[in-house]
Amino acid sequence: MLKKSFLPLSAIIGLLTAWETTSRLFDIPSWILPAPVAIFQEAIQSWDNYRHHLLSTISLTISGLVIGITIGIAIAIMLHLMPRVREAVYPLLIMSQNIPIIVLAPLLVIWFGFGILPKLLIIILVCFFPITVAMVDGLRQTSPELVHYMKMAGASKKQIFTKLELPHAIPQMFSGLKISATYSVMGAVISEWLGAQNGIGVYMTLASSSFRTDRVFVAIFFIMLLCMLLFAVILLLEKYLLKWRPSQEESS
Amino acid sequence: MSKLVLEQIEKGFDEQLILADLSFGVNDGEFVSLLGPSGSGKSTIFHLIGGLYQPDQGTIYLNGQDIVGKKGSISYMPQTPALLPWRTILDNVMLGAELAHQPDRNQAIHMLRRAGLAEYSNRYPHELSGGMKQRAAFVRSLLSPQPFICLDEPFSALDEFTRLEMQKWLLSIWEEERPSVLFVTHNIEEAIFLSDRIIVLGSKPAQVIKEFDITFNRPRTEDLTLTNEFLAIKKEIFQTLRGVLDD
Ligand SMILES: Nc1ncnc2c1ncn2[C@@H]1O[C@H](COP(=O)(O)OP(=O)(O)OP(=O)(O)O)[C@@H](O)[C@H]1O
Ligand SMILES: [Mg+2]
Repeated sequence: MLKKSFLPLSAIIGLLTAWETTSRLFDIPSWILPAPVAIFQEAIQSWDNYRHHLLSTISLTISGLVIGITIGIAIAIMLHLMPRVREAVYPLLIMSQNIPIIVLAPLLVIWFGFGILPKLLIIILVCFFPITVAMVDGLRQTSPELVHYMKMAGASKKQIFTKLELPHAIPQMFSGLKISATYSVMGAVISEWLGAQNGIGVYMTLASSSFRTDRVFVAIFFIMLLCMLLFAVILLLEKYLLKWRPSQEESS
Repeated sequence: MSKLVLEQIEKGFDEQLILADLSFGVNDGEFVSLLGPSGSGKSTIFHLIGGLYQPDQGTIYLNGQDIVGKKGSISYMPQTPALLPWRTILDNVMLGAELAHQPDRNQAIHMLRRAGLAEYSNRYPHELSGGMKQRAAFVRSLLSPQPFICLDEPFSALDEFTRLEMQKWLLSIWEEERPSVLFVTHNIEEAIFLSDRIIVLGSKPAQVIKEFDITFNRPRTEDLTLTNEFLAIKKEIFQTLRGVLDD
């Protein structure tokens, strides 16, 4: 573990050092590119100024993500249990993903105003799709061999679903979850850009319009951190739930 | 008691007749092998008995009851182990029982011990060798509530040494419990070593060509496979099968 993280860590440190030295050497104005140390100082100094923004974004992201995951799983199961509906709806679902969320957002604001609802909707819209697609595939790709055994053993449709298809789809669901988690933070920030009182997105807009580039970087840093934290939580959950899987070394 | 009778079964897929006028039976506590060329329809027979397909004609009786189209009437072991990768071996062997009612955990542990899998009961299938997986799959079929057991080429994917070990192990368990078994194999020697009776099937469409009663005493040991009587029967069956293939 320590060995594995050594290379990327030294790359990050190298990058930061190069950044710091060049901005000092060439005296780059801080409104164009602030140096890392300056950004770090700003992050500590104005913690009290942006803390509530951060908390607001975190709670928005997590609520949207949880609802999105729930809806995504529910839709996947529904589509799986109703193959005719799946045939009809699945292509529509894929097509809907060609609409960039950023163009949908103003529409949602027109329809639902500036409250929490349109913001949640944006996050839900970006979150549910990766899970639904991954899980529908996972449910469908159950090994025919195992289905065959279950049928011969007299398993009912419900038993085949709960004991075979659902557990089989869990690994795929997790690959969908990882994508959704990263999307959810992006969705939250975009939704805040459209109009909100609080949130990292708001903080970012304010900072950029007053040329406080250091604050923009602070915002970017926290967005990355939030993404990574969500990702880590999902990885941990995956590791715990899927401990039956052969480890990477064995399977490759 | 469990007794299986197939009466004048006919089954075709897309115009092609696979089984025609096929009749045979397995008596209570009897070990019967089906021997036939690849593609002759042996697995199809199991699928009919298992209720996965309906025969075009004929009836299947288990203990006098018509089981045509009834799933879950027999306990079944497929050619591949078909263990669920996310279940431990213990949870896997209880699956068959679990589908019908509450499984008996203690009995499962006891059977795993007898299969030499005690230390592996909390491992996952990918941690076991091919032979161990097959043993687990066999324990699962023994623990299933249905007394009649159908085994579809359970050892064909194993190497020669493991296969012999598995045959001896299977016999030792079977000789204690004496369930009725219908066993499918390509391997003549395996069929003779294990069975009370061998049914040779012809192909396209499959029908019973000849039956052989194997009367060697039990318990059987592997020395049996080297005796003249054994070789004589092997030769006879081989010639019957060759006749089937030449047609
Ligand atoms: N569901 C199906 N649809 C169409 N044809 C089928 C189906 N199942 C089996 N068959 C055909 O029936 C024939 C017999 O198949 P089966 O699997 O029963 O043979 P087998 O004797 O078990 O062969 P093997 O020893 O190789 O396992 C084959 O020609 C196969 O193509
Ligand atoms: Mg077969």
